[in-house]
Amino acid sequence: MNSWKLLMASTITIAASIAAANEDAKLSIEGLDIPVRVSVQSHTPEIDEVRSGWTFRKSETQDLQRDDFDNPAFVFVDQGIDLFDKIDGTAGKSCSSCHSDMNSFKGLRASMPRIANGQIETMEDLVNGCRTERMGAESWKWSSKNMTAVTALIGLESRGMPIKVKMDGDAAEFWQKGKDVYYARVGQLDMSCANCHEENYGNMIRADHLSQGQINGFPTYRLKNAKLNSIHARFKGCMKNIRATPYKEGGPEFRALELYLASRGNGLSVETPSVRN
Amino acid sequence: MQRIALAFFITIMTAASSFSEVVKPSEVVFQDGAVMESLTAQLGDPASGRKIFMNRKQGNCLACHMNSEMLDQSFHGEVGPVLDGVADRWEKAELRGMLVNSKMMFEGTIMPAFYRDSGYSRNLKKFVGKTILSAQQVEDVLSYLLTLKEN
Repeated sequence: MNSWKLLMASTITIAASIAAANEDAKLSIEGLDIPVRVSVQSHTPEIDEVRSGWTFRKSETQDLQRDDFDNPAFVFVDQGIDLFDKIDGTAGKSCSSCHSDMNSFKGLRASMPRIANGQIETMEDLVNGCRTERMGAESWKWSSKNMTAVTALIGLESRGMPIKVKMDGDAAEFWQKGKDVYYARVGQLDMSCANCHEENYGNMIRADHLSQGQINGFPTYRLKNAKLNSIHARFKGCMKNIRATPYKEGGPEFRALELYLASRGNGLSVETPSVRN
Repeated sequence: MQRIALAFFITIMTAASSFSEVVKPSEVVFQDGAVMESLTAQLGDPASGRKIFMNRKQGNCLACHMNSEMLDQSFHGEVGPVLDGVADRWEKAELRGMLVNSKMMFEGTIMPAFYRDSGYSRNLKKFVGKTILSAQQVEDVLSYLLTLKEN
């Protein structure tokens, strides 16, 4: 190897170590310690340790989530507060007409999605349920700006609380369906979620540092598109990357996958609204 | 006279097409994961193969494989094995087999099949019935891989 090649090799090594920096960093937001690693669970024996996506990000990206003034997601959370208080629909109500105390949402995000009336119920369902049935307002699109702003606001109330999604009982069949989606190979690249996020987390795939695909920080602010992203919108993006036809946002496959993925993160903390690449 | 010219033209075209004929994806013959026969009559071009290797919309091999011969490019992947000296470790036919459909050699691998046009689930419409690389592109990448020697 000549000296030029050696220089390039060392440059790449340095670049790689920057990208992989701070995998062991600790997360604390506004004085609240948030565990980003938990020991492996009985239903995810394929991985060594459950890790928040935060541990895979560069230190500059990590820092943005450490302080709510630096976290760009809070611009949208503020919009969520305005929307929450805004009267909309035929009943002349706002969200806050009924939900006067935001504290009542504490713990909700940590238990979502859940089963209600034999179906998977997500945070988006709760918001649209209130809007259409109690407010007489139009429902919001699954990943719209308004929806993600309000789901971020509600999720924030549970920040730091351990994810505890129900997997057994009436959730069991949906959990199994979600697991099937997780391991199914799709698209022209013929890959499953597991190929990247279970077998290869921690590895670089071109410029991307593969994470475990945990969803404890959603909706998440992505530097890539400078907005809040819903869980299902992220699923769509992944599927397009592997040249697969995405399932529908709010459809049965993504609902089941959301439940299954949430359970893989049981014990991690709610980080809503997180900051990622 | 015109008819004769036309017949002559057709004869030439037929000859040309049989010369440039390629092995269809469904007709590739594997032997223990290796593919002995070239997919095209035309020899692979290593310079073209090098470009396909790094191109994100073509082979994008660099997304998963580190390759010291390409240190002018940033972001080498870590998902697959390092390809330095790959030509010392594998025969040409084995490498061709891995490019066409690596699952024939490595069951359960994450590596996509670069010359397979069917058998996919939920394939995006615009890729239905298509291969990731053309037969010639596979042969080009193969000829580039064969230059990666350390011994």
